[in-house]
Order: sequence, then structure tokens, then C-alpha cells
Amino acid sequence: MNDVVIGTGEAVVFWILGPLALAGALGMVLSRNAVHSALWLINTMLALGVFYVVQEAPFLGAVQIIVYTGAIMILFLFVLMLVGRDTSDSVVETLRGQRVAAILLGIGFAGLVGAGIARATRDLPVAGLDAVQGGDTSNIEAIAQLLFTRYLLAFEVTSALLITAAVGAMVLAHIEREPGTRRTQKELSRARFLTDRPQTLPGPGVHARANSVAAPALLPDGRPAEDSFATGIDPQEVDQMPRPTGRAQLGSPDAALGTLDPAPLDGGRQP
Amino acid sequence: MNVLAAADQPTLEDFGTDVWWIVLIKIVGVFAVLVLLTLFAIVFERKVVARMQQRIGPNRVGPRGYLQSLADGLKLAFKEDIMPALADKPVYFLAPVIATIPAFLAFSVIPLGPTVSIFGQQTPLQLTDAPIGVLVVLACSAMGVYGIVLGGWASGSTYPLLGSLRSAAQMVSYEIAMGLSIVAVFLYAGTMSTSEIVAAQADGSRLSLAGVEFTGPSWYAILLPVSFVIYVVAVVGETNRAPFDLPEAESELVGGFHTEYSSLKFALFFLAEYINMVTVSALAATLFLGGWRAPWPISLWDGANTGWWPLLWFFLKVVAALFVFIWLRGTLPRLRYDQFMRFGWKVLVPTALVWILAVATMRTVAREADLSTGEVALFVGVPIALLVLAGLLIASRASNRATRLAAREAAAGSIHPTEAEPEVLPPAGPRHRPARGGGPSRAEGGFPIPPMDLKVPPSPRLRSRETVAAGGVVGTGRRGAGATPEEDVDE
Repeated sequence: MNDVVIGTGEAVVFWILGPLALAGALGMVLSRNAVHSALWLINTMLALGVFYVVQEAPFLGAVQIIVYTGAIMILFLFVLMLVGRDTSDSVVETLRGQRVAAILLGIGFAGLVGAGIARATRDLPVAGLDAVQGGDTSNIEAIAQLLFTRYLLAFEVTSALLITAAVGAMVLAHIEREPGTRRTQKELSRARFLTDRPQTLPGPGVHARANSVAAPALLPDGRPAEDSFATGIDPQEVDQMPRPTGRAQLGSPDAALGTLDPAPLDGGRQP
Repeated sequence: MNVLAAADQPTLEDFGTDVWWIVLIKIVGVFAVLVLLTLFAIVFERKVVARMQQRIGPNRVGPRGYLQSLADGLKLAFKEDIMPALADKPVYFLAPVIATIPAFLAFSVIPLGPTVSIFGQQTPLQLTDAPIGVLVVLACSAMGVYGIVLGGWASGSTYPLLGSLRSAAQMVSYEIAMGLSIVAVFLYAGTMSTSEIVAAQADGSRLSLAGVEFTGPSWYAILLPVSFVIYVVAVVGETNRAPFDLPEAESELVGGFHTEYSSLKFALFFLAEYINMVTVSALAATLFLGGWRAPWPISLWDGANTGWWPLLWFFLKVVAALFVFIWLRGTLPRLRYDQFMRFGWKVLVPTALVWILAVATMRTVAREADLSTGEVALFVGVPIALLVLAGLLIASRASNRATRLAAREAAAGSIHPTEAEPEVLPPAGPRHRPARGGGPSRAEGGFPIPPMDLKVPPSPRLRSRETVAAGGVVGTGRRGAGATPEEDVDE
């Protein structure tokens, strides 16, 4: 009965990706860091998606990659990253012998399920996807037809369940707020423009020699800008640079560069 | 013309039968096209933005500065590769690779042209196609998110983490809007394969309005305008471009997710961003702008859609779309994060859902009433669109009524908005906020100031350096042998 023909390409893909998928599953269980676990799981899911595509179910493969690997695992990662990156699993066993029991039970469960599936599918006749969905309809059309005729009720019920879950989550996370208690940005902005100062306050330290909040901003003529005084702190006068005014104080440009030693007093006109 | 087009038009059966060296040529060709387009896009962006800002832009390297991005790429490759001390090393290393590979993969299903002859082999100008072609692009963009998210997480630093959290939320939300906007195209084209979507946009339907026979538009950008607009907005969010570049908002997050990256790893992120831009531009051209088919006045020429000419039309469309990206960046300020998410979830997604409902209804009406698509669009779609537009106009005028009236009165001089009304914010400034005793607080209108008794905890970095100093020799590699550890600490 099992006259399934597996092409060379399919076999190669299977023997490359099968171990990878298995390694992903093991890595997910064994790695200590939660984000690494999630990455291993993504690896397994991607491998499964490619398996679906190879088995002539491209739509299922694409959905597996877009929905599960793309959206749901990103949300997992989102939560894991919010938790923090240094939260590795504790290696202390709180229940004695828990690990051994878990390994034994896991192997036993895998054996049961694997044996059950193997027995159930051993003598199953293999029809192939083409024969099931009709020769000339594509995979997508066949899925759409089944989904919207035979499995319509299941499809709708599932979507209702998901919507209920989403609405429930929103209700739980919702904060009740009296309408009008919080001014919107538009109202705040409008109110600000009706005052005599629509722009922001000058930052302390603009044109000043200190970046302390107590140092007021300076106006172009050197006076402190009153608007920039910080609330509740006496403004502190900061020592200003001496303001050179004329050639005598500034010296000659050559003298400032330090090219001649000693600097001539006549402005450096002599070579 | 139509006969020629039909002969050249590849169908799904034409794929998967190429000789191996044709496949190899196509793979190398797609790779080269993407890299060259990236180099071009970078210098094009800098030049266009410079022109928009009344500058000249890069003009030193190569003819008229067009080799600037090549020089930048070389410089980037020779920079020091830094591995942060707190980085999660394998993930930090993998993240740029994860970002780049899907970006390249996505372009494999983009049709660049009709069936042409390469060294005597008849083959479509497209690497491959599948019944789910467009979904491949979606899947690749979903995978590309991981690169950004993991890169930010693995850097072990605050700003990158914030950037990657933003990017995770942003890309998932905008991918929904993008997927929904494409659904209407699937409904119209009846297929998800990119080459067949291009084929479906080949000819407009024959229409007769008031006795005049004419050919209706065939581009989905005109037939499905709402889908097109939603797609354009969503892909700008999806590719992290301004005004939606929140994951790398340089005024808030230093560099966002790639703050800690340097050298080739950073170059890979850079490459991935620009390739994603090219890919979504190419997808926009394929889905909405007729693909490689010539635009209207050129399409009157019979040879426009045959041979290698379509490559030209296709890349012109891609460059036009790239220009729109750059134009947006040069024009719009960055959105605030909550406004951005609200826009995605409360405007884009509901609009897309309602639009899909409308399109599906019109398809059903067309089938029941035995009308052609163009007739339905003309006799049902246009009046409804006019009604909706008029409604939106009235609604916006009504919501702005108070502001408009106030502005008119202020212009006429009857009100003086500068005189403060009593119930608005208390005017800021020192005259109105006298210094109080008992310590300052987060005061009204003023700058937030720290508590006066704030004690700065000792820096953990300082402590580690001190222990190193107590331990003895510090090998910095740059000091002479006589340098003592104390000198290191003092510096």
C-alpha cells in the first residue's frame, strides 16, 4: 500500500531540515535563557513551514511562517524582552526528582503518541494532494472552498472565540476614565497659544558657561534671561569669560596663533 | 498588441523549468540589482534631500558625487567591529544576518519583465513564482522584523532595547494593515501569484459612457485607490522610514536598535533597510502600478511590452516609488509613538476592513448583475466615492468650525487672542511663579528639576575599575611599561 514516491529533492530537504527542526525543539527545552528558547522554537517553526511547502501545501507553509513565526512569536519575544534580559531560569530544583520524572514522562508520552500515530497510519492508502483537491484547482482554491462550505461553522465559531478573547483582554486592560478629565493635546496647545508665551522656555545654560539648572540663560547682551529662571532655585551668577573688546585686549591674530616668539607688540606687521 | 502581450506573458507553468545556469544567472542578477539599487538609493536620497534643503549634497566622489555610497560602503567595512561587553554574543552576531537574508529573499518573486530570450533560452524575467507569490514577500518581511528586534535586545543596552520594543509593536501592527490592503488586489486579480497579478492588470475593460466607447484604467492603484493609499502608508511604517522611523529615532533613542552596532554588522542593517525599501517599492509597482507593463501613453506603442523594454518601465516605477519615500523623509516630521500606533490601529485597519467589505460587495453585485468590473467601478464606485469624499469634507469643516471662526474674527480684529483668558493655563515665567521655600517640586509650567537631596549612587563602572586597580597590573596595551595602575584610575 505504501507506494509513496519521494523525490530526491524532497528527501534532501527532509534530511537537512528534520535534524534542524529536532535540534530546535531540543534547544528550546534545554536553553536557560527564555529568549534563546524562543529563538530555537522559531527555528523549528520555520523548518515546519518549509516542510509544508515541500509537501505541496504552499498556503499552509506561508501561513505558518507569517502568522505563527512572524506575528505570534514576535509577541512572545515582546513580552520576554519586557521581562528583562537577565532572567535566566533558576537551576535549583524546588521539587525533588522533578527533572528525572519530567524526562521519563516526556519520553513515555512521546512514545505513546508516536506509536499510536504509526499504528494508525501504517496501512493507510496514500492518495496525494492532487487527487484529493482535484487536478486543476490550486491548493489555495481548494482550501477556500472547504473553509467556506464544509467547515464554515467551525471557522466562524473559531473566529468568534478569538474575538471574544481579544475583547476580554481589552476589557481587562482598560482603564476607566471620566470623559473630559484629561485635557487633550489639542486643548493644551490651544491654551498655551492664548498665553503670552506660546513657545517653549529658554533652556538653562543657553549661552551660559554652566549646564546647571540654576544657571540662567543669557540674553545676547549678557543679562540673565528672566524666563529661564528655574522654579524654586535662586539663579546663580556664573563667572563669565572676559569679553575682549578691542585690538589691545585681543592682541594680533599672529600672536594668538603663537607663531612668533616673543610676540611683537606692533600687531605682527613686521615679517 | 494584446496578442504579443499574451505571448510574452509568463504563467505559473513557465516557472520551475529553467536550466540550472539560467537559474544561476537570475540569482546573481537579482543580487546585483538589489545591491546596485541600494547604492543608488543612498546617493539618490542624499542628493534629493539636499536639493530639498537648498544644499548641493555629495559631489566629491566620482562623477557628480554619484560614487559616494561606494566610498561610504568601503569606509564602513574598514571600521572597527565592536562587541559590547554586555551583548548576548550569538544573537548579537546573528541579528544583522537575520535582517538581511529575508530582505534579499523577498525580491525573488518580483516580476521584472515578460518572457525573454537569454542565450537562446526562453525564460521569464523573474527568479521564481508560486501560487502564493505575494505571501512570500509578506513572510520575508515578517522574518526581517526578527533581525531588528533581536539586534536591539542582544546589544544589552537601554536605547537599543527601547528601539526594538517599538519596532516589534510597530511592524506587527502595520503588517496587518499592509496584508489587509493587499486582500482587495487578490479579490480583483483572483490570484496571489505576482506574475498573474501583473497579467490581470494588462488590459482595462471596455466601457461605454454616454455613447463613447473607451478603455478603462487597468492599474489597481486607480481601481482600488483606498488599498493603494493604505499600502503606501503601511509600508512606510513597515520599513521604518520617516515619518515612522520610531525604532531608530535619533533625537530620542540615539540610534535606536542599531546604536551599539558598527562596521559590517551595521552595514548589513543599513543594506537590509534599503533593500526592504526597494522591495516594497517593487511590490507596489507590481500590485498597483501595472508591474513591468508600460504606462499609458507609451503602451500605445506595440513594442513597449515586449523584449527587454519592460525592465526600463519597471525600474522607472521603482525609482519613482523610492523618490516618494525620500520626499516623505524630506517633508514630514516624525510622529509621536502613541499617535503613530493610534493611526495604525484606529484608522488604517478599520478603513482596510470596510474597504474589503465594499470591494467584496461590488464583486458580488458585478457577478449577479452580469456587469463587467469596469462598469461596476464606474457606475457604483465613482458615485459612492464622491459621496464619501463630500461627507469627509463636510465633517472636517464641521470639526474645525470653532478654529475657523476664531481665526476669521482674529483677522478682523474683533478678538485679541494674546490677552489670556482666565480659565486657560496659568502663564509661565518667573513673575507668575515666585520661588517658594520648602524645596522645589515639579512646578507649574517650569522645567522639571531633580530633588535637592538627590544622592547619586556610585557608578558600577567606577567600582569595577577600583577593584582592578587594587588587583594590580592593568594591561591597556597603550601605556608604557612604567605606567602604574593608579595613573589609569586617575585618568
